Amino acid sequence: MISLQVNGQERSYDGDPSMPLLWYLRDELAMPGTKFGCGVGLCGACTVHVNGEALRSCQVQMSEVQGHKITTIEGLDAEGNHPVQKAWRQVGVPQCGYCQAGQIMQAAALLDKNKNPSEAQINEAMAGNICRCGCYQRITAAVKAAATGA
Amino acid sequence: MTHMIPTPKFEIENVSRRRFIQGLTATGGLVLAVRYLPHSAFAYETGAGAMPHGAVSDPHVFISIAPDGIVTIVGHRSEMGTGSRTTLPFVVADELEADWARVRVVQAPGDEVKYGNQDTDGSRSTRHFIQPMRQCGAACRAMLAAAAAKRWGVPISEVEAVNHEVVHKASGKKLGYGELAADAAAMPTPAAGSIKLKTEAEFRYIGKGTIPTVDLFNITVGKARYGQDVILPGMKFAVIDRSPVYGGKAVSYNETAAMKVPGVEKVIKIDGTPAPAKFAPQEGVAVVAKNTWAAMQGRLALKTVWDDGPHKSYDSQAFHKEMSEAAAKPGQPVRARGDADKALGSAAKVVTAEYYAPHLAHAPMEPPAATANYANGKLEVWAPVQSPGGTRDDLAGKMKMKVEDVTVNVTLLGGGFGRKSKCDFAQEAAILSKAVGAPVKVVWTREDDIQHSFYHTVSVERIEAGLDGNKKVTAWRHRSVAPTILSTFAPNQMHEFPVELGMGLVDNPFDIANMRMENPAAESHTRIGWFRSVSNIPHAFAIQSFVAELAHETGRDHKEVLLELIGPDRVVDPRKEQFVQGYWNYGDPWETYPIQTARLRRVVELATEKAGWGKKMDPGHGLGLAVHRSFLSYIATVVEVAVDKKGNLTVPRVDTAIDAGFIANPDRVRSQMEGAAVFGLSLAKYGEITFKEGRAQQSNFHDYRMVRINEAPAVTHVHIVPATLDVPSSGVGEPAVPPFAPALCNAIFAATGKRIRNLPIGDQLSA
Repeated sequence: MISLQVNGQERSYDGDPSMPLLWYLRDELAMPGTKFGCGVGLCGACTVHVNGEALRSCQVQMSEVQGHKITTIEGLDAEGNHPVQKAWRQVGVPQCGYCQAGQIMQAAALLDKNKNPSEAQINEAMAGNICRCGCYQRITAAVKAAATGA
Repeated sequence: MTHMIPTPKFEIENVSRRRFIQGLTATGGLVLAVRYLPHSAFAYETGAGAMPHGAVSDPHVFISIAPDGIVTIVGHRSEMGTGSRTTLPFVVADELEADWARVRVVQAPGDEVKYGNQDTDGSRSTRHFIQPMRQCGAACRAMLAAAAAKRWGVPISEVEAVNHEVVHKASGKKLGYGELAADAAAMPTPAAGSIKLKTEAEFRYIGKGTIPTVDLFNITVGKARYGQDVILPGMKFAVIDRSPVYGGKAVSYNETAAMKVPGVEKVIKIDGTPAPAKFAPQEGVAVVAKNTWAAMQGRLALKTVWDDGPHKSYDSQAFHKEMSEAAAKPGQPVRARGDADKALGSAAKVVTAEYYAPHLAHAPMEPPAATANYANGKLEVWAPVQSPGGTRDDLAGKMKMKVEDVTVNVTLLGGGFGRKSKCDFAQEAAILSKAVGAPVKVVWTREDDIQHSFYHTVSVERIEAGLDGNKKVTAWRHRSVAPTILSTFAPNQMHEFPVELGMGLVDNPFDIANMRMENPAAESHTRIGWFRSVSNIPHAFAIQSFVAELAHETGRDHKEVLLELIGPDRVVDPRKEQFVQGYWNYGDPWETYPIQTARLRRVVELATEKAGWGKKMDPGHGLGLAVHRSFLSYIATVVEVAVDKKGNLTVPRVDTAIDAGFIANPDRVRSQMEGAAVFGLSLAKYGEITFKEGRAQQSNFHDYRMVRINEAPAVTHVHIVPATLDVPSSGVGEPAVPPFAPALCNAIFAATGKRIRNLPIGDQLSA
């Protein structure tokens, strides 16, 4: 039996311990805000926070999350008003929107560690998150806006 | 918990599946006069009426108003990131004089009899529906005004609908839309000719770019629901092992081993349809399980043995050679002006270049997925499809059901790019749900998506130009060799059809005395399908690269040569020239959307001026230019590149000028231009699907790479050519992609002297 916390709620799991956290969230908890994009840690669509660190949930097995605190896009802010979420809306970042949960979780983790990242630091932190629609210019602008509160 | 949205229930009586809808009966027994507004109702004609089921603009179909005043507007196009689910409803709301804060948008299910054509592709949503949706909103506004006038017993000329209420100025009386809704709904739809549309000055939303997309909040909090996200009670999860070669058959598979995987519940064979199979599923073995992960593990255990069938020797390297050989010989003529062969023979100089553009996979961030529930002889599907109506028809055909017994609910699309116009994944879900007697979600993995696409074609483009003693181009011969999309639909298709030929080949606008375009034969060995911008990608890459090559050969400025080839301001009509059969013009009337060289010239001038064309560049930096008309819009792009000594490529700046006629949503036009630069950079830098032994060799983002934020253009400046409402709106979602790759490669040449003729660029700069 694996015990973990998801968005502040205690959960337990006794299925296949090799199942990635991604599929536990999506299929077992019916929380599809965390997206499936590649399954191999190359696109970042499934990014969640594990004990505050941005990780690809497709690369984290359930056996590795015993006692850990998971935050998903659904739990980033109760009202959806995390500075990154607000900046995303202010800048009008998304096109199709599918990758954006992962982008937002990655950006939130970046700003948690670095309150005012440079453009190079933004590029470095966000390079693991692919956006096929090509919203990168607005992602950079939104991360800056979230950092400065502009 | 799905994206299923309640829409007003109508029963359709005596309605034939035709463009003209004769009548609908509401459940309340109210007879509504639902009409397709004749073309004469519109300021200009579009091709909307020629699409299957045409356009519908009746407010009874698209608008409902609740007693509390909440206005619900139906979005009938699929939302895949262009913003059409926001733009078309705010067009309705604007003409309706509705307060956007009190507007809700619901998604139409697939029902083209009711809503008109729903094929969300071809950059058509605003182009075909801005006029019908304006009519729709304006008609409803008139009905609300008439209802108020009737209640007050005053002439209709004395009342006005303003900001969600109707006012009677003389008495100061006011009634909110909610209070008038029931009376207005009982009104017949006003005759098309009597509907008074707003003037441009009266618009509050159209053309402003101030309305956030309707799904924006939900996207930022993880509540937006895509096809992969559908969850139904009692649902099973499936993944499918599909034939790695187009047309292959499963010989054997280890069902016992798959069933031993915990959570796996069933293994089901899906029979393939012999090619050409249109959108029918490929042969496959499905593993149905209690969650996606278990299904994936079960699939690994299948160890399916395949009979690869007739395309098992498809090899991209060999095929490139085959196409080059075809391009070196005369092919089927598709356009001729003057005598290019003769003029080439007598030219002072002949310049020849051959270009290669490989297969591509769409790779939307959301891999295809569909959920189906087959129960009691009815089928309900939830899927991210670009073709809700076509999907419904195909499902009915595949499942041998009546169309009326099939419901297609359209989720948000996590990107489409043409892939989700093909509903093979929805058909798979339907087959599996019927087989297991429960709702089934079919999940495609990224590997499935890249290895079982409807691939963008592969092409060789060979251009020869003859120059006279004054270095003026007197002859142009362009041979385009590419497997055709038609091969997915019909047997023995060896030539591009008018839709493909009309994407930049036969509509070449250049002012050259002798021109000849030819299309040598090419066989298809995989599923060919349309991909964002389609044949414009190879055609524009070749033509716009070649103009820069000509400029270099003659020692002249590229922009100057390009403008000289575009020639004086005029309308170019390829239909008047030899061999041009059925010039397509993107399915729209020539009279509304002729080929206007003044507009090409203007975007070239705008983009180059803004980019500072001609300025001195730092070492290793270069500017490149390209212009292309596609989807009836005119787009020029100037790309600045920097290439370091190791061949590392960066793009400090892009300037894109767009003339797409009247712009309904400038912010979403800008986002499409920004995105197209990234999409164009991805395909130019990395985009290539290769085949060996019939199999796609790429499988995920490690070998089918996408541009990431740290290599994306640092900034894309978008310059919109202003246009008034009388300039017909044209396409936006696709036309910025084709000019990007040639502009980029022209910039690389300017920076390094290296000419890229074979896409993708890959490691050609470091070699």
